[in-house]
Amino acid sequence: MSVETLTAEQKPVAPRRSAARRLLKDPQALITGGLLLVIVVLGVFAPLLSGHGANDSSLDAVNAGAGTPGYPLGGDHSGRDIWARLLYSIRTSAVSAVVATTVALLVGVTFGLVGGYFSRRIRGITEWVFSLVMTFPGILLLIVLMPVTKGDVRVTMAIFGVLLSPSIYRLVRNLVVGVRNELYVDAARVSGLPVRRILRRHVLVVVRGPIIIATAFLMGSAIGVQAGLAFLGVGSSTVPSFGSMISDGFRNLYVDPWQFAWPALLLGFITASLVLLGNALRDALEGSRPKPVKIAAGPRQEPEAGESTGDLLTVRDLAIAYPTPSGELREVVSGVSLTVAASETVGVAGESGSGKTQTAFAVLGLLPAEAVVTKGSIRLHGRELLGLGERELRRVRGHSIAYVPQEPMSNLDPSFTVGAQLVEGVQASCGISRREAKERVLALLARVGIQDPERTFGCYPHEISGGMAQRVLIAGAVASEPELLIADEPTTALDVTVQAEILDLLRDLQRESGMAVLLVTHNFGVVADICDRVVVMRQGAVVETDTTLNVFRGPAHPYTRTLLESILDGSTVRTDPPVAATAGREQ
Amino acid sequence: MTASLLEVDELRVAYPRRGFRARPVEVLHGVSLTIAEGETLGVVGESGSGKTTIGRAVLGLTTPSGGTIRFGGQDITHAPAKQRRALARDLQVVFQDPYTSLNPSLTIGDILSEPLVVQGINGKDAHARVQALLDQVGLPGDAAQRLPREFSGGQRQRVAIARALAPRPKLIVCDEPVSALDLSTQALVLDLLVDIQRRTGVAYLFVSHDLAVVRHVSHRVAVVYRGDIVETGPAATVTSEPEHAYTRKLLLAAPVPDPVEQAKRRAERHRLRETPPAHVHA
Amino acid sequence: MVAYIARRLATGLVLAVLVTLITFLLLSTSFDRVVAAVLGPAATPALIGPTKERMGLDRPVLVQYLDWLGHTVRGDFGTSYFTSEDVVHAVTGRLGVTLSIILIALVISVVVSVALGVLSAARGGVADRVAQGLSLVGHLVPGLLIAIGLVFALAINLQLLPATGYTPLAEDPGRWAATIAIPVIVLVVSGIANMTAQIRGSMIDELRKDYVRTLRSRGIPTRSIVYRHALRNAAGPALTVLSLEFLQMFGAALIIENVFALPGFGSYAFNASIQGDVPIIMGVTVFSVLMVVSLNLVADLVNGWLNPKARIH
Repeated sequence: MSVETLTAEQKPVAPRRSAARRLLKDPQALITGGLLLVIVVLGVFAPLLSGHGANDSSLDAVNAGAGTPGYPLGGDHSGRDIWARLLYSIRTSAVSAVVATTVALLVGVTFGLVGGYFSRRIRGITEWVFSLVMTFPGILLLIVLMPVTKGDVRVTMAIFGVLLSPSIYRLVRNLVVGVRNELYVDAARVSGLPVRRILRRHVLVVVRGPIIIATAFLMGSAIGVQAGLAFLGVGSSTVPSFGSMISDGFRNLYVDPWQFAWPALLLGFITASLVLLGNALRDALEGSRPKPVKIAAGPRQEPEAGESTGDLLTVRDLAIAYPTPSGELREVVSGVSLTVAASETVGVAGESGSGKTQTAFAVLGLLPAEAVVTKGSIRLHGRELLGLGERELRRVRGHSIAYVPQEPMSNLDPSFTVGAQLVEGVQASCGISRREAKERVLALLARVGIQDPERTFGCYPHEISGGMAQRVLIAGAVASEPELLIADEPTTALDVTVQAEILDLLRDLQRESGMAVLLVTHNFGVVADICDRVVVMRQGAVVETDTTLNVFRGPAHPYTRTLLESILDGSTVRTDPPVAATAGREQ
Repeated sequence: MTASLLEVDELRVAYPRRGFRARPVEVLHGVSLTIAEGETLGVVGESGSGKTTIGRAVLGLTTPSGGTIRFGGQDITHAPAKQRRALARDLQVVFQDPYTSLNPSLTIGDILSEPLVVQGINGKDAHARVQALLDQVGLPGDAAQRLPREFSGGQRQRVAIARALAPRPKLIVCDEPVSALDLSTQALVLDLLVDIQRRTGVAYLFVSHDLAVVRHVSHRVAVVYRGDIVETGPAATVTSEPEHAYTRKLLLAAPVPDPVEQAKRRAERHRLRETPPAHVHA
Repeated sequence: MVAYIARRLATGLVLAVLVTLITFLLLSTSFDRVVAAVLGPAATPALIGPTKERMGLDRPVLVQYLDWLGHTVRGDFGTSYFTSEDVVHAVTGRLGVTLSIILIALVISVVVSVALGVLSAARGGVADRVAQGLSLVGHLVPGLLIAIGLVFALAINLQLLPATGYTPLAEDPGRWAATIAIPVIVLVVSGIANMTAQIRGSMIDELRKDYVRTLRSRGIPTRSIVYRHALRNAAGPALTVLSLEFLQMFGAALIIENVFALPGFGSYAFNASIQGDVPIIMGVTVFSVLMVVSLNLVADLVNGWLNPKARIH
């Protein structure tokens, strides 16, 4: 079971709180959003807030200092009011942002929905059109088109919007392709919903969040490009713009640096606010992004004193907790004790959320980084494993304990051949040469029942079947001749016929090598098939431990009894005949 | 004997393969089955056998490349969108994964009323029907205002069943409806399905990989192996005295939850493996 | 494999024809202005007609385009309207400056962002905060402002580096390095911002995957898991960002070379576009299209090498 499903399973039910409300409580979104609002309002009321037009020039105001009456921020080199020009530049930026973004969204979202939802042929066409758009040398095209657009910011930005649309198209298309395969869209189709309604109600909802986020970034880039073009002197010189102001100020830098600084600062504020707002939106709409995972042993824990039991593995009073968003620890395993003797097969059985997988990972020292072992002891041959550093644990894992995972495919590195991955493991644990390691691996592959070891050795994981992949993983686990094999639901992802073969293989390997097996499973058939003893777990605690026969024939705990009773075995064949069509139809 | 509700005859489905001029792969090679009103037909098979594809073809989610599907006497093999929309009243589905089969951003009430509104039922009647449905599947009445993520897997599957029941269908395709659920929940959901069938007379096309589950709910069972039905018959017969070698293999591979019985079954399986029947190339 | 590359290149050629056709159609709307510019101050309405005829710009647009295409296919891209310089010569001659800046910036960005991204994903803590801080700063401040700020601080105030201008490498390596330093820094800042975030993100995703735990369970050293396994799998998505970054830097060169008066491809293309120098614009367009097409092809091939599933057989 992957970390994601584990944490998702155990996450407390999130209260219903809309993303909008979350945004209103987020200082970053509030501040940047508020700042942008103030700036836009300043732009809208420009004529009221300044006594001059953007292009009114007066000889008296040439390079006037700040605070000159009527010129709060002074005048530029042609005697224009800098304050007024700033306000009118906001309008230009806002218009650029709105026009470019609107066009990009209209084009990108429409084609993204069409290309993503409908047949592959239609997608082929839309793909082609957008790769054409993407091949255009964008900014060059804007410059070349200046004579056509007559320097009109709106037309230029509309074209820029088209040039931006491929990124939106791709975003929407990928999301839609993903949603289209969701079962709930299939269910909607079966319910007879028209395509338009499915797109609006089920597909657009999923796309909405990412689009809102992308909008903030699109606006930022539109404003940046417009300023850049104006800085270069492309476009009409009568349109006030941060770009042309910066350019003028840059040339006048020695006379008065503030002529440069004002537009530069305001432009910086606007784009930075848009980026920060975009980030805040992303956090609010998509939840916080995954944090780095530290590859190392969990937090150190002082081993508790306790005498050795003589068993191979002794887990005593183990408790594992995860931090919740509010900062407290939530226990997922509380006070679990179990032992595994040499050459013994012990099953850990329980339903999801019982903590069985967490217990297994704790023994391996492979708990996710955020997990905290709050108490207890894990001893192998009497040696305390909790508190060991990553380096020491690596030695234990390479030599004494091995692991067979649940999902065979996701547990092989897709970029390496099967052989290369196994050889690396053998080399790490045995310190032998590459050639010897290869021979060892080939022998192992043959041992786990792979027909043509040489061929499988050179295969990539996606080239072999799930059952084969599980055999490969078993070969990787027993390569170091471990004393204890921890198998986490090793057959759950497999077909029953393959499951039977894998269980046979595990049994044979165990008989040959005398290793002990700790087998985590939810399937009592598997327990009955292979385990000597069973540990039944429920909600992080052990409810019953006994020999397999005793547990099946006379379960002591009521929970175990309920579980065993809910198994559908041979006795539960349906016997009642089909209801006659006329008989039923309630209501 | 009641008349057949669903008749699938020589159904073939081929999926296009990725790549330039790749030949399509045929996953169903002429499958035939029938379901009577009020009956459950269990379709059992392993991954890749094509069992799920049968259900998807019946639902119109996959286009058949050959054969016919008749529902209530009407040919629906290549039903156009309009006919499909009308069919939605009688033909419904419950999917395997209750986590992805419910739109996470809609409330349970919206999810349940959607198929009703499409059928032209007004808001007030739909509301009443949603309450009745929740009651029918054993969920509290206030569930309608809540979101799917507030429910456990078993409860979500109840919502999915309620959604399927909403238009009072004649046939529900159940695609592995309990395989994502915990053991104790499985039995409860299966009992619910059987109970609903007894009360409403709905028929099920029940697809599963698990022989024990199929046995629990089916009147008849069809065994699919590599795109063909190898055996069909009454549930009790097929699941205890199978004729076909593959069914036998399937039956013996499933472990029994009893150490002594399982040891016997294992021994028998090993014996069978020593002498493989010639016509099974597994 | 060869067939695949051939097919991709053929698609690229079709794209090139379409893009140049559209560009030419757009250019044709302002031929009068081009002719006037060519004539300079002497332009009178009476002169424009005959000149247009002499330059062949009065023919139907499609005929002109096919004429251009015919010459281009034979390797003749024509000469500039204004300087009579051969187009191929003019474009390739100025590419060196731009490419040296972009490639240096790209190498630095890749090295820094891979190091930062991996460190921040695998270690968390301080490394993570530094990486996130850097990429945020790079995103927050527009490149134009960084450029001007650097000129102001390093060149004008501190007199450490020349503010503008270019000295060829062959002439004086030291001065060459000094002249391209600020442009490179500007590109690197945004490059790091974009790529660090990407690499950090995909490394975090990789390190959470199941196979990492399984490799750890076999006693394989952490270093090998991070660099040999996770980084290789994370490289695929990062590669896409890298090729996008390369193209973005070409776009940025347009502005940067103008700010710093560098005689590169960007400023040359910019001036040609302003003037309406049709042969140069067309040449530049062909070059850009081919660059995009081959870059995508290379990215896909490398991705196939990295990711066996995406390999073409």
